[in-house]
Amino acid sequence: MSLTGIFLILFLIVHVGLNACIWANDGGEMFNKAAHFMGANVVPRILEIGLFAGFLLHIIQGFALEFQNRAKRKQGYAVAMGNKGSKWYSRSMGLLGTLILLFLIMHIAHFWVPSRITGLPEAAYNPNHHDLFSEMVKVFEGNLLVVILYVLGCISLAWHLLHGFQSAFRTLGLTNHKYIGMISALGTGFSIIVPLAFAMMPISFYAGWV
Amino acid sequence: MEHYTMNLTLKVWRQKNATSQGSFETYQVRNISSEMSFLEMFDVLNEELIHEGKEPIAFDHDCREGICGMCSMYINGRPHGPWEANTTCQLHMRAFKDGDTIVVEPWRANAFPVIKDLTVDRSAFDRIIQAGGYISVNTGSPVDANAIPVEKEKADMAFAAAACIGCGACVAACKNSSALLFVSAKVSHLALLPQGAPERRTRALNMVAQMDKEGFGSCTNTGACEAVCPKEISITNIARLNSEFTLAGLLSSNK
Repeated sequence: MSLTGIFLILFLIVHVGLNACIWANDGGEMFNKAAHFMGANVVPRILEIGLFAGFLLHIIQGFALEFQNRAKRKQGYAVAMGNKGSKWYSRSMGLLGTLILLFLIMHIAHFWVPSRITGLPEAAYNPNHHDLFSEMVKVFEGNLLVVILYVLGCISLAWHLLHGFQSAFRTLGLTNHKYIGMISALGTGFSIIVPLAFAMMPISFYAGWV
Repeated sequence: MEHYTMNLTLKVWRQKNATSQGSFETYQVRNISSEMSFLEMFDVLNEELIHEGKEPIAFDHDCREGICGMCSMYINGRPHGPWEANTTCQLHMRAFKDGDTIVVEPWRANAFPVIKDLTVDRSAFDRIIQAGGYISVNTGSPVDANAIPVEKEKADMAFAAAACIGCGACVAACKNSSALLFVSAKVSHLALLPQGAPERRTRALNMVAQMDKEGFGSCTNTGACEAVCPKEISITNIARLNSEFTLAGLLSSNK
């Protein structure tokens, strides 16, 4: 869980960085060029296979862990322990992960499938490049329900990361109190900033900022 | 604090034996002193039950000083009751007020089956200790106590881990019924000391293997175990066990 989790955290950094190109205010040209590089260059294409494998492994491990752990207490308590000692989101990683999975299916259908399979229109500046930017406009502009679903996906991701980021390092054996403090602080910052940046993307299209 | 007496409603898990169904029974206890311990309150209730010709409630206890690890009881949704860093035997009735309803359940985990009422079988912990919680020593005349130098900081950390009394509250509190806080305390207290070095790798592997065999869950770092531990065993021990286990797996020459 921890290794695949950290791998997916690294992916989020790349993803949020590239997507931030939508805010270049150039009608999506920089974003489309970045997307073209990711789709055409051999290195990101090989990494993409790793990414799918990472996602799949994380999902399978996650469900297996959740179901195995749930089965370890056949008879539960009449009075639940609740928040006496742990955070709700630490105990809800299975649920949060499932919500993110549902979001991911929608997200892949929105952007990955047209990019790789069904095809996208040509970019205005270069007919050899896809116009992924206009696809984002199409998906988000005037489509409040989709924007809300994307924001909810980002909120689930934020809670998932708030536990997952620091937990991954504990699982790998980080015992130094100085570094645990540093990782926890870094994890909290990451869990807020990255999902917030992602959430601002559909909001920006909906509000007409880009 | 001023002394007072209270009347309480107790909902206690009653179960005849390991195979029977079990259910909650409600009892009224009167004139309970705020100075009594929680177990003394149970003694009063059991005296009354015996007088009425009923079966007293079975519960584990031994030293009643908070150091043996025998007492258990999941009280109002928390192992060892509402106080921090405290065992059930050291929980006093001043934690409650007149008219309170208290729900008392046994530890719940497949690996800790109920024997009777509030008593559970924690021998799984003994078997985990047997799997690796020991060190090799030379027999013969006693060695001088200070023959092996130990770094003060490590001695302190080892001592803090060794404070674990093996009560099982960590398992009872964990949503996964994981025993990792217990196992990590036992592994840490030996791994941190030079005396534990000879079996360091096999210890981590064997104790974790036995833990899995006993049917405990996996740790997901929620921190509930640390919050209820009467001896305040740090969750950092779990991270230490994780690194001990990983290194042992990578470097061990067996298997």
